[in-house]
Amino acid sequence: MNIDWILVLEKFLLIATVVTISLVIAMYETWSERKIAALLQDRRGPTRAGPFGLFQPLADGLKLFMKEEIIPNSANRFLFILGPCLAMMAAMMTSAVIPFGGTIEVAGRQVDLQVADVNIGVLYVFAVVSLGVYGIMIGGWASNNKFSLMAALRAASQAISYELAMGLSLIALLFMSGSLSMRDIVTQQMAGDWGGFLGWNVLYQPLGFLIFLIAAFAECNRTPFDLPEAENELNFGYHQEYSSMKLGFYLFAEYINMFISSVIMATLFFGGYDMPFFNESAHAHWGNWLALVGIIALTLKVGFFIFLFMWVRWTIPRFRYDQLMNLGWKKLVPLALANMVITGAVVLWLNDK
Amino acid sequence: MQALTNRAKVVDRKPMTFIERLYLWNILKGMFITFSHIFKKRPTINYPEKKRPFSPVFRGLHVLNRDEEGRERCTACGLCALACPAEAITMEAAERKIGEEHLYREEKYAARYEVNMLRCIFCGLCEEACPKDAVYLSETPAPPNFTRESFIYKKEDLLIPDPTKEPEAFKKAKGLS
Repeated sequence: MNIDWILVLEKFLLIATVVTISLVIAMYETWSERKIAALLQDRRGPTRAGPFGLFQPLADGLKLFMKEEIIPNSANRFLFILGPCLAMMAAMMTSAVIPFGGTIEVAGRQVDLQVADVNIGVLYVFAVVSLGVYGIMIGGWASNNKFSLMAALRAASQAISYELAMGLSLIALLFMSGSLSMRDIVTQQMAGDWGGFLGWNVLYQPLGFLIFLIAAFAECNRTPFDLPEAENELNFGYHQEYSSMKLGFYLFAEYINMFISSVIMATLFFGGYDMPFFNESAHAHWGNWLALVGIIALTLKVGFFIFLFMWVRWTIPRFRYDQLMNLGWKKLVPLALANMVITGAVVLWLNDK
Repeated sequence: MQALTNRAKVVDRKPMTFIERLYLWNILKGMFITFSHIFKKRPTINYPEKKRPFSPVFRGLHVLNRDEEGRERCTACGLCALACPAEAITMEAAERKIGEEHLYREEKYAARYEVNMLRCIFCGLCEEACPKDAVYLSETPAPPNFTRESFIYKKEDLLIPDPTKEPEAFKKAKGLS
C-alpha cells in the first residue's frame, strides 16, 4: 500500500494549527467577554494582569489548574470524568470541515486550508454538535445532584428543540446551494457580483439566517438561552459539582462552541473567507497573499459574530423555560418550515423558467 | 392620590402590538442602548495610580506636631485624652532635664503617647482640645493591618519629622511639597 506521508503530515499540521487556534481564541474569548461586559456596563474590566489585562486568561487558567480536584463520593467516577472530555471533544471536532481560507502553495504543493473537504460537511457539523449534548447530559447525570440533573435535562431538551429549527433553516439554504460541502457553499457565494458580496446567502435567506442565529445561541447555551447554567435558579446547573480543570473544560467547550458556530455562520451565510468588494479570481496571481486576505476576511466576520454573542449576552435577560419551548416549537419551527417551502417553490420556479 | 413627582407612569395593560410580540425590535432597541454605553465616560478611578482629593475637613491618622526649631510641642497635659470620647489616647508625662531644651518646648513632655486606632473614631476633639497646637489629624486614612498591636500607634509613629534635620520629610508630611 502506498501512503502519501506528506499528505498525512500536512493534515496533521493543519489539525494541530486549527486546534491551537481554537484554543487560543477560546482563551481570549474569556478575556474579551469580560472586557465587553465591562464596556457595556460602564466598567473597565480586567486591567491588572499585563497590558489591558491581556494575561488574564493565563491567570484564570493557572487558577483553574491549581484548584483542588473534587469527585463527589456518590458520583459515577467514570462518567463524571467522561462528561467534560466529551464536551471538549465535540467542540473541537466540529472545526474539521470548516474551510478557514483558500488554497496556499507550500513547496510546490497545493494545500487547502481545511482539514477535510467532506461532501456532507454540513451534515457532519450537525452530527458532532448533537454529540455535545452528551457531554452535558452525562456530566449532569453523573454528578448525582438533582440540580445538575435538572439542568442537564433542560440542556438536552433545549438542544434537541433548537437543532430542529436550525436544521430546517439550513435546508432552505441547501436548496439553493445544492451541495453539502462547506467549501462548495463558500465558492458559490464568492462567485456573486460586487466581489462576492451579492452572492452572500444572508441576502437570499435573511429569515433562515435569523433562525439559524437564534438556534446557534441556544446550541451554545448562551444568554438568553443559558438555562442549563442558570446560576441563580440551579446554582450553575450541570457543572455544579465540577471543580478544577474539569470545570474549565466545560467552560472552555462553551467558548470553543461559540467560536465554531461563529465560523459556521460566517461560512454559510456571510461568504466565509470571501472579502466583499474584492474580486478574488482577478487577483489569482497574488498566490498565498490571496489566502491571507481570505483569512483576514473570515477573522473579521468571526470577530463580529463573537462580539454579537457577547453583546446579546450582556443585554438580554434569560428566558423562562416555557418561553424557551414556545419560541422553539411554536415560532421558530413553523417559520423555518415556511421559509423552506417558499424557498423550495422559488428555486423550482427559477429552474423551470 | 396626587402624584408627588411627574415620574410616575400609568400602568399600560393594552395587548402587545405586533411589533412588540415579534420581540426582535425590542431586543434591537435594548442592544443599541447597551452599545451606546461603550462610548460613555467610565466613572471608575484607577485607585492606586490615581487618587481622589480628600475633602478639606477629612480627618485621618494623628500627627504630633513640632515647632519651627524642631521641638515637640506636646506638654502632656492630658486634655486630649480627657476630651477623647472613645478613650483612645494614653500618655505618660516626664520632666524635661537640663540639656533637653532642644528636644521639648515645655518643661514637661510626653514620654509615652499612644493612640489606639481601633478605638479612635476620628472625631477630631483631641485637636480641638489641645492648647499647644500639638496634635492634629492628618489626611492619611488608617491603613489596614493583621494584628491588634499594630493599631496602637506609639509616639515614634505619630511624631512629625524634624524640620531642622529632615526638611524634605517634614514638608512631605505637611503636604507642602
